[in-house]
Amino acid sequence: MKHLISTRDLTSDKAVAILDTAHDMVDVRSRDVKKLPTLRGKTVANVFFEDSTRTRLSFEAAALALSADVTTFTAQGSSVSKGESLKDTLQTLEAMGADFIVLRHSHSGVAATVVNNGWVDAHIINAGDGTHEHPTQALLDAFTMRSRLRGETARGMDLSGIAVAIVGDILHSRVARSNALLLRTLGASVTLAAPQTLLPREIGGWGATVVSTLDEAIETRPDVVMTLRVQKERMSSGFFPSESEFSALWGMNDSRLSRLPSTSIVMHPGPMNRGLEISGSVADSAQSTVTEQVANGVAIRMAVLYTLMGDSR
Amino acid sequence: MMRIVLTKPDIDRALKRIAHEIVESQRGRFGLVFLGIPTRGVHLARRLARLVADIEPQEVQVGTLDVTMYRDDLAHQSTRATVATDIPAAGIDGTTVILVDDVLFSGRTVRAALDAITALGRPDVVRFAVLVDRGHRELPIRADFVGKNLPTSTSERVNVSIAEVDDRDEVSIA
Repeated sequence: MKHLISTRDLTSDKAVAILDTAHDMVDVRSRDVKKLPTLRGKTVANVFFEDSTRTRLSFEAAALALSADVTTFTAQGSSVSKGESLKDTLQTLEAMGADFIVLRHSHSGVAATVVNNGWVDAHIINAGDGTHEHPTQALLDAFTMRSRLRGETARGMDLSGIAVAIVGDILHSRVARSNALLLRTLGASVTLAAPQTLLPREIGGWGATVVSTLDEAIETRPDVVMTLRVQKERMSSGFFPSESEFSALWGMNDSRLSRLPSTSIVMHPGPMNRGLEISGSVADSAQSTVTEQVANGVAIRMAVLYTLMGDSR
Repeated sequence: MMRIVLTKPDIDRALKRIAHEIVESQRGRFGLVFLGIPTRGVHLARRLARLVADIEPQEVQVGTLDVTMYRDDLAHQSTRATVATDIPAAGIDGTTVILVDDVLFSGRTVRAALDAITALGRPDVVRFAVLVDRGHRELPIRADFVGKNLPTSTSERVNVSIAEVDDRDEVSIA
């Protein structure tokens, strides 16, 4: 595997291997010397055409932990405002020595377009393309579930038997799509709970059960409730009547948390709208994995960079 | 043509001799940590640790040292799976580390292992024990304790079988 564009590219064995490598990378992160020499002499270019805090910093931390050099490109303040095309921008970065290009773009399918047209030789990692996919987020979420729910015995295991409810703005969420596909590959069962207006049409191909309220999903006592950010920046019209109605029907709050088994976890990919899709007290509870997800993100991205480096095809 | 060069009794005797040599080289100092290089080195490390503790009763630690991410050939090979590194909770600072592997060939694995150890701490001494030294070094590295020196040609394959992994103890050349 030379590129990581979609969670569809991952077989169960491949995904478990990445999670296992990440497991070892978590150990490395807890040592006195937190660096490995693995990518010494390689350059990782973070190319962000869309805003990001944690994904960009996480890839940066992962690349540095593997001793790579890192260059960061953000569209703001670049020659993109002068009309430079994506192709020219990427080829410029490659000419400066980029071996890996971590690409975030607001249009769906951009990462696949770059690979399919062969514009560059570098390894391409999709760090989020529009409302399409965000594979490293899905991997770090799967890793977080496996670590929390399987504990010491996690290594080598997939997610069979684990029930996951994904809740909220699924329409605009690349995190939801990547997660639903990967979770199915890893053997978990997925329930989607969202207002009709925030469900994508092609949901039939995800192999998930759809329910019409969060309470209905809670009644199935899932092992994981994954809340999603309501993506106001991608909403031009009213997808739901009001924020208070959304949080009343679809928000994860204390009363809903109390109806879940005490071993269940609540996830959120961040950034959170506290009080909208997740209440502050749930986000800060012991069952929340929000900060753990961020820490695991670095380990997963180290594992992905390592997995891709050996494959030139 | 496959040729058996070490049988189970040969391996037992070689490990026992190495254990005695390790005890001798320690001259009564304790604080031994056996770090095995996966897969078979880990099991050989456990056996050596047991043998050493039998000869001179003492607390010996055993661990696993994964060197995958420290290799110098990663960009030229398809991805190798990593293995969990497991070192004693007290760390390896100030200890005598005995690195253990099944075969010594180019010396590149040992080089990677020395880097991996440096990232984990600062032992007083690092020594290297190996069941078979087959020659053809590509780096200035040698073993301190050798079970058997085995002259080979580069086209030959040395197969080490260890009961814990392969159901029997045997070293063969093919």
